[in-house]
Amino acid sequence: MNYLIGAFKLPCNICISFADGKSRNQVPLKKENGKTVMVALFQSQESIVGEVVIEPMHGKKVEHNGVKIELLGQIELYFDRGNFYDFTSLVRELDVPGELYERKTYPFEFSTVEMPYESYNGVNVRLRYILKVTISRNYVSNIVEYQDFVVRNYTPPPSINNSIKMEVGIEDCLHIEFEYNKSKYHLKDVIIGKIYFLLVRIKLKNMELEIRRRESTGSGPNTYVETETLAKFELMDGAPVRGESIPVRLFLSPYELAPTYRNISNKFSVKYYLNLVLVDEEDRRYFKQQEITMYRLLET
Amino acid sequence: MIADGVEDEEKWLAAGIAGLQQNAFYMHRALDSNNLRDALKYSAQMLSELRTSRLSPHKYYELYMRAFDELRKLEVFFKEEARRGCSIVDLYELVQHAGNILPRLYLLCTVGSVYIKSKEAPAKDVLKDLVEMCRGIQHPVRGLFLRSYLAQVSRDKLPDIGSEYEGDADTVVDAVEFVLQNFTEMNKLWVRMQHQGPAREKEKREKERSELRDLVGKNLHVLSQIEGIDLDMYKDTVLPRVLEQVVNCKDEIAQYYLMDCIIQVFPDEYHLQTLDVLLGAFPQLQPAVDIKTVLSRLMERLSNYAASSADVLPEFLQVEAFAKLNNAIGKVIEAQPDMPILGVITLYSSLLTFTLHVHPDRLDYADQVLGACVNKLSSKGKLEDNKATKQIVALLSAPLDKYNDIVTALKLSNYPRVLEYLDSETNKVMATVIIQSIMKNKTRVSTADRVEALFELIKGLIKDLDGGAHDEVDEDDFKEEQNSVARLIQLLHNDDPEEMFKIICTVRKHILGGGPKRLPFTVPPLVFSSLKLVRQLQGQEENPFGEEDSTTPKKIFQLLNQIVETLCNIPAPELALQLYLQCAEAANDCDLEPVAYEFFTQAYILYEEEISDSRAQITAIHLIIGTLQRMHVFGVENRDTLTHKATGYSAKLLKKPDQCRAVYACSHLFWVDDQDNVKDGERVLLCLKRALRIANAAQQMSNAARGSAGSVTLFVEILNKYLYFFEKGNPQINVAAIQSLLELVTTEMQSDSSTPDPAADAFFASTLRYIEFQKQKGGAVGEKYEPIKA
Repeated sequence: MNYLIGAFKLPCNICISFADGKSRNQVPLKKENGKTVMVALFQSQESIVGEVVIEPMHGKKVEHNGVKIELLGQIELYFDRGNFYDFTSLVRELDVPGELYERKTYPFEFSTVEMPYESYNGVNVRLRYILKVTISRNYVSNIVEYQDFVVRNYTPPPSINNSIKMEVGIEDCLHIEFEYNKSKYHLKDVIIGKIYFLLVRIKLKNMELEIRRRESTGSGPNTYVETETLAKFELMDGAPVRGESIPVRLFLSPYELAPTYRNISNKFSVKYYLNLVLVDEEDRRYFKQQEITMYRLLET
Repeated sequence: MIADGVEDEEKWLAAGIAGLQQNAFYMHRALDSNNLRDALKYSAQMLSELRTSRLSPHKYYELYMRAFDELRKLEVFFKEEARRGCSIVDLYELVQHAGNILPRLYLLCTVGSVYIKSKEAPAKDVLKDLVEMCRGIQHPVRGLFLRSYLAQVSRDKLPDIGSEYEGDADTVVDAVEFVLQNFTEMNKLWVRMQHQGPAREKEKREKERSELRDLVGKNLHVLSQIEGIDLDMYKDTVLPRVLEQVVNCKDEIAQYYLMDCIIQVFPDEYHLQTLDVLLGAFPQLQPAVDIKTVLSRLMERLSNYAASSADVLPEFLQVEAFAKLNNAIGKVIEAQPDMPILGVITLYSSLLTFTLHVHPDRLDYADQVLGACVNKLSSKGKLEDNKATKQIVALLSAPLDKYNDIVTALKLSNYPRVLEYLDSETNKVMATVIIQSIMKNKTRVSTADRVEALFELIKGLIKDLDGGAHDEVDEDDFKEEQNSVARLIQLLHNDDPEEMFKIICTVRKHILGGGPKRLPFTVPPLVFSSLKLVRQLQGQEENPFGEEDSTTPKKIFQLLNQIVETLCNIPAPELALQLYLQCAEAANDCDLEPVAYEFFTQAYILYEEEISDSRAQITAIHLIIGTLQRMHVFGVENRDTLTHKATGYSAKLLKKPDQCRAVYACSHLFWVDDQDNVKDGERVLLCLKRALRIANAAQQMSNAARGSAGSVTLFVEILNKYLYFFEKGNPQINVAAIQSLLELVTTEMQSDSSTPDPAADAFFASTLRYIEFQKQKGGAVGEKYEPIKA
């Protein structure tokens, strides 16, 4: 019986840890099974240093054709499940072929790794970074262990950040002018603005500002677009009259936003929009969508 | 349908309260466990109940008050949080994460209040932010309540002078700015309610709006409480800004309420100093606004202010309050051509009250007001509106009440002109008011000119104004009115006979047009008033300076003759006869024989030609006899003529007993105690004998007609006359005559055919007792009676 159990059990434990694991920031990461785990946070150009500990099961020996560790940056498109596109792949050989009898520790280092894209968990696409340890074996399947980590990249405030200002309307029916103070917002930013009613001939009920995320995956005819509304923020209650101006102040911090991604490895894009929605008494919705750029501000 | 609506509303309110309480419960739990995040979450959910559109303002208020109480607890919690080290700035941001705007803003105001208290930021910045953010609520009812919440939580945190929130950066200007802005926004929301929803619910909406008005007005109240608003600031900033909003909102309900509010909440001296500005707004208001009430209240307040202390009066003069008000009223009336006349009159009435209070010495002001009123009235013709006429009566009564003196009112040249626009009914009312005022204050109207003016004022009572249209007038009311005129006539007096005579002539001129119904009421007091003058003159030397046109009794009698004559034409012969006799008696006292004779002649003519009713004849003949008896002015010839006539009339009365009584009364005409030349015993006896004959005849007639003899009363009465003359020493009346009369009566009483008459029996018995009594007196009288055997 023991043997049988042993057949399904891995013959050894593999543990991957980071050298600065204790001091490094940890962020939550949602796994495929829905559980959230805390994982280490990196940014591009950082060196990823750590060690791999392999401990064979008690009294077992592990024959292998070599041990290696890979750092992979993968994009996984859900409609193309199982196929990973590796945009980054670095390998370090840890051991030459041989046998393992006892616990063995392998330090590793990937110095100044280029990780241009941020980790992303979307509706149709996932971008992830993993460390993958492989113990290659003959005849039987390789023993593989993964360690996720998250990459976030920070950008300084943009040098040009114009406001968004626009006059829109339906002829002889509704004319508004809106203004948002910037076109580029960092994730903890606050949107300040104003909606000015130039003409109101319909009975409005309320007005809200939505933050929408548009994720497009694939390319050409196989483009999939998924839009999510991340925030609904009521700006106005009741029916304004001509000449009213309604203030906008929307704090972004409560929402789970990520930076704008444009055409990541030709695989996907994630864009953000501010959607101003006016609802009339018959629940008809009038809206105007404006793209905003999100970025992760380098915190100082 | 409506009942359902109310029921539904109750249901919705109950549901709202339940939801609110449930979330409040969770909020309390979170507060108790210092769980900020949950506290915010549940408080936001709790406040979401206020997002309802289903409740009327009244019910919504109930819900709001509950939320308000809960928010107080939350505020305390926020304060503690801040003390525990939680950054108030972070809190201020945190509450803004709420997705729904209404809960978000309630929370923001609540934290804002704590924020100001913490003084981590200048009060004005927080206030400005709050009042700006509240713009997000454009729904009138919800917006009004939210802003009223803001006003409520901020009112003790304004950077007023002397307030702990005042600083270098925060001044009272900021406080004013904040309140004004909140006021402006609230008013806009309130006005907007009028234009939302279907037209058929207009009435309901107006009712709802009036329920909400105090929320808007509260801001003005807050403004009035700000210590730092001095007169300059009020003049330069507060008032112009408030008025700008009031005028521009172009909403009648708001304009009416807010103007009234301004007048009520700010101090009187501010009003006085800013009259120009304040009054300047009135003509710009909507035509439907009830300006008259508002302006009236302003004037009322100013009047009271003036009355409060004499020290403030110079201020009124300094700012020329009257001129400004007068001017403003003119402009308002001009600007609102459709204003009902009632409004116009109310305005002038208030202005009049104002000027009477503030400038009691300036009669010209009062007259000016009345003049303006006349001008306005002249374009409208007679007043039809009931309320308007009532208001006119109030307008015209004001000077009377103030001066307690019609004489002052008579100086107002426009006063009678106003009266011209009243209908006859109101004219009467006004006349009554005037007369009552005179009588109450015992005003002396003592010159002919004033009497003339006065009668011009009360002509409603003196004559029929609108020719012909005789409405059904209540008889009692009519009498009441005319009696008051009569009393008024009695009150007119001047010690100077010349002037008094003029007064009498004036009154006469006026009352003569009164028509047959009034003259019987008005002529007698005038006659007596004239006779009073006669008696005043009678003691004096006649015509001391020989001036021809001076007043003499003769002249008065001529006038009286004419006056009484008018009564004959009505006809009111009985009254005229009485008055002739009164005049005759007065002429008698003045030793004017021809005049007295003339009056008697007139009386006789009346008797002969006009008085046909037998009862009236009896009264008249006795009056004639009584008067004639007292006349001493007549010479023998005249007297003979008159007495002869009188006796003749007496004997021609219809009924025998009446004849008898009149005839024995005539006996006195021949025997006047204090006139030696009138002591004709023989003719006295003749009269009495004639009376006896008539009494006998009466007895027989009675026997013949009814089968029983009449009463002996007549005989007893004649017996008494005998005794009278006997006592007075008439030689023709002797014991024998009395004795036989006594026997006659006794026999008659004992006769079978006589009808028992206890009254006659008692009368006879007491006559006999009198004889006995005289006997026992002794002396000359006793001796005289002694021979009579009873």
